[in-house]
Amino acid sequence: MSTKRIAGAEIEKLIQLLAKVPGLGPRSARRAALHMIKKKDQLLTPLAGAMADAAEKVQICSVCANVDTQNPCSICTDPRRDSTTIIVVEDVADLWALERASEMSVSYHILGGTLSPLDGVGPDDLNIKTLVDRVVGGEVKELILAVNATVEGQTTAHYITSQLEDLNVKITRLAHGVPVGGELDYLDEGTLSAALRSRTNF
Amino acid sequence: MEWRDEGIIIGCKKHGETSLIVELMTPKHGRHLGLVRGGRSRKMQPFLQPGNRVEAVWRARIDEHLGTYQIEPVEMTAAKLMESAMGVNAIQLLGSHLRLLPERDPHEAMYSALEVLLEHLDQPEIAGPLMVKFEMRLLDELGFGLDLSCCAGSGVRDNLVYISPKSGQAVSAEAGAPWKDKLLPLPQFLMKTSNRECSVGDLADAFYMLGFFFDRDIYYPRGVKPPESRVGFLHAATKKWPVT
Repeated sequence: MSTKRIAGAEIEKLIQLLAKVPGLGPRSARRAALHMIKKKDQLLTPLAGAMADAAEKVQICSVCANVDTQNPCSICTDPRRDSTTIIVVEDVADLWALERASEMSVSYHILGGTLSPLDGVGPDDLNIKTLVDRVVGGEVKELILAVNATVEGQTTAHYITSQLEDLNVKITRLAHGVPVGGELDYLDEGTLSAALRSRTNF
Repeated sequence: MEWRDEGIIIGCKKHGETSLIVELMTPKHGRHLGLVRGGRSRKMQPFLQPGNRVEAVWRARIDEHLGTYQIEPVEMTAAKLMESAMGVNAIQLLGSHLRLLPERDPHEAMYSALEVLLEHLDQPEIAGPLMVKFEMRLLDELGFGLDLSCCAGSGVRDNLVYISPKSGQAVSAEAGAPWKDKLLPLPQFLMKTSNRECSVGDLADAFYMLGFFFDRDIYYPRGVKPPESRVGFLHAATKKWPVT
């Protein structure tokens, strides 16, 4: 039985595409589409223009694999950033999260995922070779492995470490432990034992 | 349909934005998958990691369905495994190996071997030989077991130092001498009659010998690549091996 159409083909297509956006389902996509249609001049037209511009200009940085409208990206070309330290992340979303923290003004390298035998992702599917080339050919002194604290993330971190073990570069990783605002009583045993093992002087 | 069993997580796959498909190795139900709703939440992600031991309840309307898991943590091993290259490579390798077994087919011996191995992953001199024995048992469960009882040529039971790549049977030093370049090494720690402990060289020989049979009998016929983690595990175990 076919579902009854409630709007023209163009609006249906808009709803269908919006429903593919993370966080939106068919119902919320319908609400979003309706909201944009109601605010056509303030929202729908500028949004369509911005999306067309982004689609036309977006590129993958040839140095760090970040997404930007220029190549190399604005992070790689920023002279104020310390290019001797590279933070290695899995995804662009992780880069944005670390930039929000504004703790370090350094360079990045995006792997594009993690090693995952279950999903058939091997070392050749990730940007590991370009990272090794950057370390071999550049002025890199420290590599900070900011991968997720999952088995797959840490497998990737250990693999990268083994690829760089003969090179004179300091390799560090993010600490594992108690989050800010975390109550010990509510933490899982794995996190607590990791926190205890990596305790620091007070 | 409903059952309750203990299990060890050997793999997790994202499903949608909030759920996970969890792959468990259980003693009574073998390798079994199920959906964990909300498995990607902050609360559940720490214990839904490969290597952790859990208590699981599986429910489905009919047996053929993927079904859903309700999972409670029992022992959180993953955090400790993640700290060493040997630990992470071992759990990835064990997952890849167990994935060679048919789904929902109980293999209690493999489950027990997995449990013992996970307890010793911080000691390469124990974990290395245990991994070799795990692989031998797996070959056996898959129908390609090696025969180390007597020589393929002469039938003698002593001085077995080679293994025939053709039959997977042991060969004595005397009978194998003319073909020693074509035979595979048989590390002595694998012999029940030997008291010899496993050395780094023995471990590398055992991995080479078993790798030959896995490639020929399992990976090549199935058209799959050997797991990268096997090389990673051997490298990490060799590096961490205690100096005597």
